[in-house]
Amino acid sequence: MALEASGVPSVAVHTNVFARLARASALANGMPRARQAFVPQPVVDRTPAQLRGYIEGTDPVSKRPFMQEVIDGLTGELTAEDLKGVSFDRSTPRLLAPDAEDNLQKLFVDNNWTDFLPVVLPTEERVERMLKGTRHPPDKVVGRLRPARFREFWEFTVEKVAVNAVMAGARPEYFPVILALAGSGQTARASSTTSFATISVVNGPIRREIGMDAGIGVLGPYNHANATIGRAFALLSQNLQGGSVPGESYLGSLGNWYAYTAAFPENEERSPWEPLHVQHGFKPADSTVSVFFGGWYTQSGYGPRETWKEKFIRCLTAAEHHIPPLIVLDPIAARGFVELGFDKKRNLINWCAENARLPAREYWDNQWIQTLVRPLAVTGVEPYASRLKARPDEAVQMFLPEDINIIVAGGETQGAWKMFGGSLRKDATVSVDAWR
Amino acid sequence: MDKLLMVHDPRGYPPKVTGKGLAARHASLDGRLVYLVDCLFDNSAAFMEQLRGWFAAHLPAVVTRIITPRESWEDDPDMRARIVADGAAAILGVGL
Repeated sequence: MALEASGVPSVAVHTNVFARLARASALANGMPRARQAFVPQPVVDRTPAQLRGYIEGTDPVSKRPFMQEVIDGLTGELTAEDLKGVSFDRSTPRLLAPDAEDNLQKLFVDNNWTDFLPVVLPTEERVERMLKGTRHPPDKVVGRLRPARFREFWEFTVEKVAVNAVMAGARPEYFPVILALAGSGQTARASSTTSFATISVVNGPIRREIGMDAGIGVLGPYNHANATIGRAFALLSQNLQGGSVPGESYLGSLGNWYAYTAAFPENEERSPWEPLHVQHGFKPADSTVSVFFGGWYTQSGYGPRETWKEKFIRCLTAAEHHIPPLIVLDPIAARGFVELGFDKKRNLINWCAENARLPAREYWDNQWIQTLVRPLAVTGVEPYASRLKARPDEAVQMFLPEDINIIVAGGETQGAWKMFGGSLRKDATVSVDAWR
Repeated sequence: MDKLLMVHDPRGYPPKVTGKGLAARHASLDGRLVYLVDCLFDNSAAFMEQLRGWFAAHLPAVVTRIITPRESWEDDPDMRARIVADGAAAILGVGL
């Protein structure tokens, strides 16, 4: 649409499953008549002959010849509607019309404002109580979110975050953590077709102050704060960014269970290593939350036992090539690694980075490596350029040390560990104290 | 009768939408340069090659040129400037 605005007639080609999304995006950009043409899904993995068949075939949305759509979209007279676009105000009200509880619950479900589990209705009294969890005024702008890079940002205030925190069942004392998540710039409801979720890790004194539990069942439904903070981040993301509706603002093919709730504290007191937030430049007495995007894969093991290296290498190389692991170790497992000589967390991270290697042909035969990494490699960005130059059977490194994170958590009933797909974006460890 | 509750709207604040018009079209693309923008999605390069082939076979008077942005999913002002400078039209695609 930027090209149209610059005077260049354009047609955007999508696969048909993106039709609703493409139209919604065009409307939100004030250009609902932007020309679009559609081919069948998928394009990935199709042969040149199959792609030529798409081009010479029928647009599955308009049912007209595909190339006719394209040529007509680039030529000919424009209508008054084409020239004007559409302007409108989509302001949302502060309060909804009064109604009975059952009707309001139904309204929230019908409007896709929930995760389809019951919510606590955000009455004025409940929101008022939540707002006492921070010194910041209700009308302060916290941030902006959007479900994808090509969508528009929606803005939100402290009060709007409080509304969603109430819906999730959170308590006022959790509110600074929830505000920090809301202000992190990360959405827990990205529209990605890959279905990624977010996993939030809380560090510092706030964990104990609000009763988060880093012990037994840390990753499960066994603590009120853990459960509702993660859920609040999910609900606020979908509602404050303008929705997460399948086919329109959410395209994750499989979806992701982590998207319901995924927040936990590090068990700093039982860890032999420095905590995550200190690795990222904060002081031990600071309270922070870190937002990982991921949750694609989960692998697990116990130990470290005699053959831990083989097991780790299998898990690391089974990881999605473009998504580094977030490794969660029970304190027993962490101390086991210390006994093996990994006296610093960094040393184990370096070992993982050094040993996670794939043959180049396998590394590059990945949809997301092709889409996201190859363009960088082609323009000479290292280390990707060197990986591209590697012979097909040459082992290339999958991850850099700074890509990999290790967290210690768990209740020491077992020397368990898990690896999750979890990437920590730059600046995604944020202060909770700033939101007290 | 059930008690009536007053509750907050949970949605954020969307930006005001300002209408934008489409660019004026040419009557024909003959003799003009059409950019085929490979958005770098996996296999979109192959799609654009086939599109170029289609133009060569069916509308040979149209000049086509494949172009790519610097990175996937990132706006590339330099690429846009090149298209605006001498392009009569653009076809962008294609994802998944």
